[in-house]
Amino acid sequence: MTTTIPKDDVAVAPAVPAERAVRVRLGPRHLIIAGFVVAAFVVPLLSSSFVTFQLTEVLIYGLAILGLNLLTGFNGQFSLGHSAFYGIGAYTAAILIHNYEVSYLWTLPAAGALCFVIGFLFGLPALRLQNLYLALATFALATAMPQILKFHALEGWTGGVQGLVVDQPEAPGFVPISDDQWLYYFTLIVMLVMFLCAEFLIHSRTGRAIMAIRDNPIAAAAMGINNSLYKTLTFGVSALYTGVAGALGALAIGFVAPDSFTIFLSISLLVGLVIGGVGSIPGCLFGGLFVLYVPNIANALSTGLAGAIYGVILLLVIFVMPAGAAGFVRIVVARISRWRQTSPEES
Amino acid sequence: MELLLQQVMAGLANGAIYACMALSVVMIFQAIDHLNFAQGEMAMFSTFIAWQLIAWGTPYWLAFAASIVLSFVAGVLIDRVLFRPVQKAPILSQLVAFIALFSILNSSAGQIWDYTIKTFPTPFGHTPLLGSLVDTHEAAMIGVTLLLLVLLYAFFRGTRLGLAMRAAAANPESARLVGVRVGWMTALGWGMAAAIGAVAGMLIAPVVFLEPNMMIGVLLYGFAGAVLGGLSSPAGAVIGGFAVGVLENLAGTFIPYVGQELKLSLALIMIVIVLMFRPSGLFGRSVVSRV
Amino acid sequence: MKHLTRRTILAAVPAAIALGVPFVSARAKDYGPGVTDKEIKLGNTGPYSGPASSYSPVPKSQVAYWKMINDQGGINGRMINFISYDDAYTPPKTVEIVRKLVEEDQVLLVASPLGTPTNSAIWHYMNEKKVPQMFVATGATKWDDPKGHPWTIGWQPNYQSEGRIYATYILKNKPDGKVGVLYQNDDFGKDYLKGVKDGLGDKASMVIVETSYETTDPTVDSQVVDMKAKGVDVFVNTAIPKFAAQAIRKAADIQWKPLHILSSIGNSVGATLKPAGLEYAKDLVSDFYLKDATDPKWKDDAGFKEWSAFMDKYIPDGDKTDAGYVAGSSLAATLAQVLKQCGDDLTRENVMKQAASLKDFTVPMLLPGIKANTSPTDFAPIKQVQMAKFDGQRWNLFGDLITGAVG
Repeated sequence: MTTTIPKDDVAVAPAVPAERAVRVRLGPRHLIIAGFVVAAFVVPLLSSSFVTFQLTEVLIYGLAILGLNLLTGFNGQFSLGHSAFYGIGAYTAAILIHNYEVSYLWTLPAAGALCFVIGFLFGLPALRLQNLYLALATFALATAMPQILKFHALEGWTGGVQGLVVDQPEAPGFVPISDDQWLYYFTLIVMLVMFLCAEFLIHSRTGRAIMAIRDNPIAAAAMGINNSLYKTLTFGVSALYTGVAGALGALAIGFVAPDSFTIFLSISLLVGLVIGGVGSIPGCLFGGLFVLYVPNIANALSTGLAGAIYGVILLLVIFVMPAGAAGFVRIVVARISRWRQTSPEES
Repeated sequence: MELLLQQVMAGLANGAIYACMALSVVMIFQAIDHLNFAQGEMAMFSTFIAWQLIAWGTPYWLAFAASIVLSFVAGVLIDRVLFRPVQKAPILSQLVAFIALFSILNSSAGQIWDYTIKTFPTPFGHTPLLGSLVDTHEAAMIGVTLLLLVLLYAFFRGTRLGLAMRAAAANPESARLVGVRVGWMTALGWGMAAAIGAVAGMLIAPVVFLEPNMMIGVLLYGFAGAVLGGLSSPAGAVIGGFAVGVLENLAGTFIPYVGQELKLSLALIMIVIVLMFRPSGLFGRSVVSRV
Repeated sequence: MKHLTRRTILAAVPAAIALGVPFVSARAKDYGPGVTDKEIKLGNTGPYSGPASSYSPVPKSQVAYWKMINDQGGINGRMINFISYDDAYTPPKTVEIVRKLVEEDQVLLVASPLGTPTNSAIWHYMNEKKVPQMFVATGATKWDDPKGHPWTIGWQPNYQSEGRIYATYILKNKPDGKVGVLYQNDDFGKDYLKGVKDGLGDKASMVIVETSYETTDPTVDSQVVDMKAKGVDVFVNTAIPKFAAQAIRKAADIQWKPLHILSSIGNSVGATLKPAGLEYAKDLVSDFYLKDATDPKWKDDAGFKEWSAFMDKYIPDGDKTDAGYVAGSSLAATLAQVLKQCGDDLTRENVMKQAASLKDFTVPMLLPGIKANTSPTDFAPIKQVQMAKFDGQRWNLFGDLITGAVG
């Protein structure tokens, strides 16, 4: 857990300095992103349905991490409770599909809206709590969630300890792709839209206010920013993102149970956030890759010691890239451009 | 009424466990300005080392002392080897390093010592006291926790080293200017936290049984206790630990319908409510931020 | 290439059944995915890491057991390639790695995944893909569903039927008792509780305290104190060893002597009663279907010696007091029998067919007299248990074998 995010995160060097955000011009960055998007559309056509399924999960975790990033990376509020929002989103989808036979398309807005409201409400008491105290409050939320899902009075809805089976989406008849591919593209489009929204949000006036609060709350208040409003709104939006990811997760897995949404999920999301890069939007996807694949790598090296190997890999990654993948890329790019400037005759 | 008394006593006995852990949480917070996620696992590992020594025939007190010394050394080494390289990294990255350490210690302990519960001896015995409300070990645990508290208080207030450590944690730059070796102070803080953790682990193990996952729950409650009491106050952490123990038992027993199933959630919610009115914990000093 | 082979095989299987089944299927050489003349590939998942890692001996001992089988020459000349992955007891991870086992590793079947939530998560997938989900390592009631889920088969007696057996015992021995149940707040705990209440039937009001714990709780002292104060005189203790031991010790500490029934989850002499203190465990009542490896009464038993020799050779540093090793090796032994019965007809269909035709099969560590029996309408291999009472040193079995009432 951390003590003060605002003070020390100067070292994080936010990916988007607040003042440079207005002008959008096409640069190599955009070409690279376009390349990734094209690749994301092509990959499932070339890979097995299992890999497609795994990539769907990567996208989902990436989206959930983006939700956490909006709160922690851009607004400086710390949360260990995002497994709860992920779980609420997943259960919303599962209950709507299982008990009310709602189409899966409608479960995403429902999950997002519900999580926004709950996140916003949770953001109110969180206003009074800072740093470690906020960490404890969100931690409490994460620990309480499985207990609440198991609670006997709610069993009629949640299925209690046995969980709920969710009917998975099927590819409509008019497209010649498998169900796994369909779900992948569905997830990909949802993710792209939500990533774009996040990008616009961060680069908007609102986004600058959100980041100003992170960098210096007192100065932000002095400039006339309504800190309380923006902080609770960010909490709500953050929960919305993670909740939609949870709903997608329920569709991809086809099953929800209280044990899927424990504090360990929060910790995974946090690890993904840090490894991807705090305050970087594309970094979230790298975080998603890490969350899904690194436990598998640890597993392949030694099943019995999987936990220990996972820890060692995590340490090594932190040693090599202390500011996450996004920070690492920034350093490399900076080195290259400096090298170019100092030795132009070589090129 | 008798039930109330019994639940309060059982809560105090559990609370002693949390208080022990909360104390070591606050200890490392004082030294390095961090909460350490791996603290519980470090304590668990130290306890296993003592257990192994005893299993090899070492007398209890010798194993007890050896475990404390080894833990101290290990704490210093963890700081020098693992956390030196990430010292300049952002705080969240350091947090991930704690998670990594947690994972490594937990998994290795399971591999080395297996997951069956082990009995850990206590020199105090389990003789019932006060009409069997507590036993001698539980009473001793409360006593040792209070003793540790007094010693720490004396150390931090009364000795040059203690003052230097506090200075190094509170304001590393200024401390360095007045000649405090900040790096070593941090390492010392790690060592002391590990040693206190070892004591806590060896006191807790006879009650909850020793196994690799022994400390996960205890750490959770220890954090809660430390935060409730206030992270800047060792005495507050101890009181916080006891309060969490009692609060949880009373919630479980006396809140009808929801109590038992949701008692952990209820206890945590109560803590959050307290924090909303006392944002730095019950006994913590509020920090004035500078612009 | 991979796609091609898989598709060919998938296409070949129904054809093979159509042709092969009317004749003597055992003689035909029919192979499902993962089978060659030299090898059978099996998949497995278990909690090697994460909050349920204390159950990791179950998958570990299965790995060791198949190593022993291979050292003895395999099954019908084929070596067993047993692929075991960590799922950290998280259902989404289980789904992912089971899909990997089925789709990438192309295993013949998935053997004994551990846990109710994890098995529930793959339940639908396995049955849709028609891949055997063999002898799941969980005692939920739902696995015995040959009609709805013909590709999933259970193994151990289910928790609910154990709960009913305790209820029967209570009605007989303490018909006017005040019952208190301590259970873990998850699927298995709630199943026990339901079993006890269902078994008591009209007299379910005998249960005056239902109290749960979380695995993160440091102790269950508060729950025990509560029961004593409320006048409970029949204590049904369905906790896992750590908490069962705490409860036994605490009950002794506060001089509370109810009729104390311990569930089979936590009745090991070495793992529960010794840590709690043998003197406190006297007169405890419990039920068994596996031999307790730590009970001195079995030390000259042939089955125990066989298991013990296996442990010494293949898991030399394993702690024999851990009941997980007994369960894991017994699960694997049952599957070995099924594969033996399959002969050269190693299709998924035949595996299920053979699994559904176990006749009085026994493994070394099953209690004497308890046999695994299955049929096309009965997917619950082990249904019997026997009650026992602890005399301060060992468990003494009494009464007949009892068959659980929930099927």
